Amino acid sequence: MNRREFLKRSIVVVAGMALPTAALELIDPKKLLAAKPELRWVFLVDTYKCVGCGFCVKACKIENEVPYDADVTRTWVERYVITRDGKTHIDTPKGALNGFTSRKIDIGQGHTEEIRDEDIVQSFFVPKLCNQCENPPCVQVCPVGATYQTADGVVLVDRKWCIGCGYCIMGCPYGVRFFHPVYKVAEKCNFCYHRISKGMKTACVDACPFSARRIGNLRDPNDPVTKVIMTERVAILKEEYGTKPQVYYLGLSKEVR
Amino acid sequence: MVHGEAWTIKEFFTYPNEYIYWTIQIVMYPFMTGLVAGAFVLSSLYHVFGIKQLKDIARFSLVFSFALLPVAMMPLMLHLQQPQRGIEVMMTPHFTSAIAAFGIVFSTYGMIVAAELWFVYRQYFVQTVQELKTKTNRTAWESFLVPLYSILTMGAWDISEHALEKDEKAVKILAGLGIPVACFLHGYAGFIFGSVKANALWMTPLMPVIFICSAVVSGIALCIVTYVVSMELRKFIFAWRRKLNPDLPTTAELKSVELHVVTMTVKYLIMFLILAITLELLDLIFRGYTAVKSWDILRSVIYEKDFTKIFILQYTCGNLIPFILLLFPRLTVRRAVLGALMVLLGVFMMRWNVVIGGQAFSSSFAGFMEYQLPIWPHDMETFKEGLFGALMVAVTPFVLFYFLSRILPVFGQKGGH
Repeated sequence: MNRREFLKRSIVVVAGMALPTAALELIDPKKLLAAKPELRWVFLVDTYKCVGCGFCVKACKIENEVPYDADVTRTWVERYVITRDGKTHIDTPKGALNGFTSRKIDIGQGHTEEIRDEDIVQSFFVPKLCNQCENPPCVQVCPVGATYQTADGVVLVDRKWCIGCGYCIMGCPYGVRFFHPVYKVAEKCNFCYHRISKGMKTACVDACPFSARRIGNLRDPNDPVTKVIMTERVAILKEEYGTKPQVYYLGLSKEVR
Repeated sequence: MVHGEAWTIKEFFTYPNEYIYWTIQIVMYPFMTGLVAGAFVLSSLYHVFGIKQLKDIARFSLVFSFALLPVAMMPLMLHLQQPQRGIEVMMTPHFTSAIAAFGIVFSTYGMIVAAELWFVYRQYFVQTVQELKTKTNRTAWESFLVPLYSILTMGAWDISEHALEKDEKAVKILAGLGIPVACFLHGYAGFIFGSVKANALWMTPLMPVIFICSAVVSGIALCIVTYVVSMELRKFIFAWRRKLNPDLPTTAELKSVELHVVTMTVKYLIMFLILAITLELLDLIFRGYTAVKSWDILRSVIYEKDFTKIFILQYTCGNLIPFILLLFPRLTVRRAVLGALMVLLGVFMMRWNVVIGGQAFSSSFAGFMEYQLPIWPHDMETFKEGLFGALMVAVTPFVLFYFLSRILPVFGQKGGH
């Protein structure tokens, strides 16, 4: 084979190999999803309405098949009790799976702390879930790309690809991630992606008897959730990390962690 | 049971999903890679900068670094929840993640060490094969060595003056190239922690530098200990064998531990130790001085919860006492070994205090978590992430080194470089 022949054949081989690659390019899922630029899921939590019943946590565990009694959960509710001496007492027994059945504050290891009613100056509940950050640190640190952000803003985990290194769990400032006790891979709230992508609400939104939890589309100016976010004074959690969380809170207090 | 629940004790308010997810194996990981990098840097001091006093220990630490290399990967595999998918880090690296660089950096480094070893030992391979071929009554081991070494030469049989000079040059280049790569290998382990913005204790740009310095410190310390111990063991074994076979050389004729080698190595150890301590203290002072939001909880972890681990075990036993021991005039081999052992403890505790200490507080800054090292395993998980899993990782390099040194002798060799 002379040089000319070699070059000719090389071109044929390269072109032949480039063809299937180009075909792959056509069905790039990212581009397909980007065809819906009018969608960005957001969540709105109204802390004034939350009573800490824990129905959302129950519904979430059942809907998303996180073992019911396991001490991990995709969503949870925190109780804040602020006393006269300026101290903040926080607890979330079993993530508030069974609500808050005791007036005593759970301080871990089976110990509780009793607070007299007359010492309490303020008390409220704060539901927590994945913030589906615009700049998600968990996606950034995943070494194999098993966790990713969809075009509509939700961060998902590929259970077939996750190696279980735990770097994303370390990277999340909100502590929403954990290892699924059955699948042994990273697990987190995904706004019930299987439901919202079919036009339903998330399990927790449906379960909340007081509409403390709502989900909406930030790109739709007529969405009632978007209207609240745009027109009222809402706050986000841990802004200092630059993660740009997309769960907005009404009535967030400075004590909230 | 949820992963992490078996060994985590929670106190006050922690988020429900928070556990100590990175345990003893992740302490072992930077500790082992640190030893790899440190051992390599030590050998390079001789090969690149021509520090003649280190000649004896250079060959030794190079082989030791090679033996440590596969072990740096072991703790990672042991801590993965899906170890069978670990290879994905190599196959589908996601480059915004610090861990994704592991495959590339690690294999580059492995290739450099392997190539350098080959150039160092090529002359020995060729000479041994030629020697053994003329021998009429070969032992089974020697008959095994002939084909093995023949393969290892990879057809490069030329050991003329000119060829050896070229070898030496190649070693020098590889060793020089290896230093930044070794530093990168370890600095990037520091980056893995330092870049986690969610963790108040880890996030500092000093982390990679601190990791490199302590890596070199631990690597040198382990080389001193292993060098002295194996030299002594060798003498001991020879003395025992001589009882049966008086023709063997006496212990006096054997090369023994050279004090000047140890003294010189200790000097470099102290140098890097000073650098490491300075940076660590700078970090601590800076945190206290700037006192940002996280300082309240960090202070209670550093000065209260982990006081013994940080100030007694790490700084006093691991830094201050060995520092005095090694700096005191008229250094003896025994004192150097004791000092080096304490330095190793210090570096191990530093890794512990970073990895476990970083998870000792909730990211809510309102609660604490404590890691209870599982001692007696009752399932696979408590074995892997417990005392015995860690011991397994710690012992493996020595086993590997034993087998490697059968093929690549590291002691008392004439010639070579």
